[in-house]
Amino acid sequence: MSIETGGMSALAVILAMAVVTLATRWGGVFVMSFVPIGYRVKQFIHAMSGSVLVALLAPLAVSGDHGARLALLTTAAIMLVVKKPLPAIAGGILAAALFRQL
Amino acid sequence: MAKEEAALHRLDGALAWEGFKELLPISLFVIVFGAAFGLAATQAGLNEASIIAMSALVFAGASQFAALELWGPQVPFFTLMATVFAINARHLLMGATLYPWLSHHSPAKRYGVMFVASDANWAMAMQAFGRGRPGLGLVLGGGIALWSFWVLGTWLGLHFGNAVQDPASLGLDMVMGCFLLAMVVGGEKNLRMLLIWTMAAGASLLAWRYLPENSHVVVGALAGGLAGLAWGRRSHEH
Repeated sequence: MSIETGGMSALAVILAMAVVTLATRWGGVFVMSFVPIGYRVKQFIHAMSGSVLVALLAPLAVSGDHGARLALLTTAAIMLVVKKPLPAIAGGILAAALFRQL
Repeated sequence: MAKEEAALHRLDGALAWEGFKELLPISLFVIVFGAAFGLAATQAGLNEASIIAMSALVFAGASQFAALELWGPQVPFFTLMATVFAINARHLLMGATLYPWLSHHSPAKRYGVMFVASDANWAMAMQAFGRGRPGLGLVLGGGIALWSFWVLGTWLGLHFGNAVQDPASLGLDMVMGCFLLAMVVGGEKNLRMLLIWTMAAGASLLAWRYLPENSHVVVGALAGGLAGLAWGRRSHEH
């Protein structure tokens, strides 16, 4: 089904997008209110929380250009040594920018 | 110990303000993304009111850019909704991971906080919880910072978008990736976590290659969660 985007209907489509997105923001909390939080559930949640980020980053590292990979590598290295996020992020961005100027 | 843990779910104005300030540096970069979105949205043919409304109401960058790909004089409604849902499905997991702390609050507060949950403030909050610090102020205050600058950036993009036509050449497309990676690396590091992350990365890459588009984050995260269950910590916490 296609919808014309003239006039007010563009706004209606955007409202629908907002509702779908809000459902994802609320859905996890809503479902969890029916799940007793035991030791196993805590363990699953704890393992899952770092995994969300790793799963988000893995294709970025594989499909990105060398600049992107260099940026991630630089960030990881600085973070391991200095343990402060801001220099690590700045280093990563700088690495990508410099590499892409070459 | 029990008393310490009970305090982690705390949420008040002061904590939210601290969270706001802590997310300010990354929010400045969010202006650039917002501007890039505003510019791309004008080019896709959306009018000013629609563009601002989308940033303000949807507040989820990746899905908004995806919507532009599908935008035209006509929009395939169900394809668009499915795409938005798939890209934003990671919020479901974020809400679930925050629940142990949100559960101490009234439903109004719980769902109120989740209005502004997104990658950066959620990641900061999880790191704070991991270090024994209260994190919900980071979600709420940090989320308000991210939201404000996302909308502001979008508006700037509408009017001065040409200034950021090529953010990639300045490395700015890597801001969020580097930020999230810094959160991962700054978190708990041991052999068990390494195994969990390997599972998550492997599953995500497989899903990315072979499963429907945009399913990789959820698949990878669930695989990591299952790995954590399979290789549980037996030594302490009991």
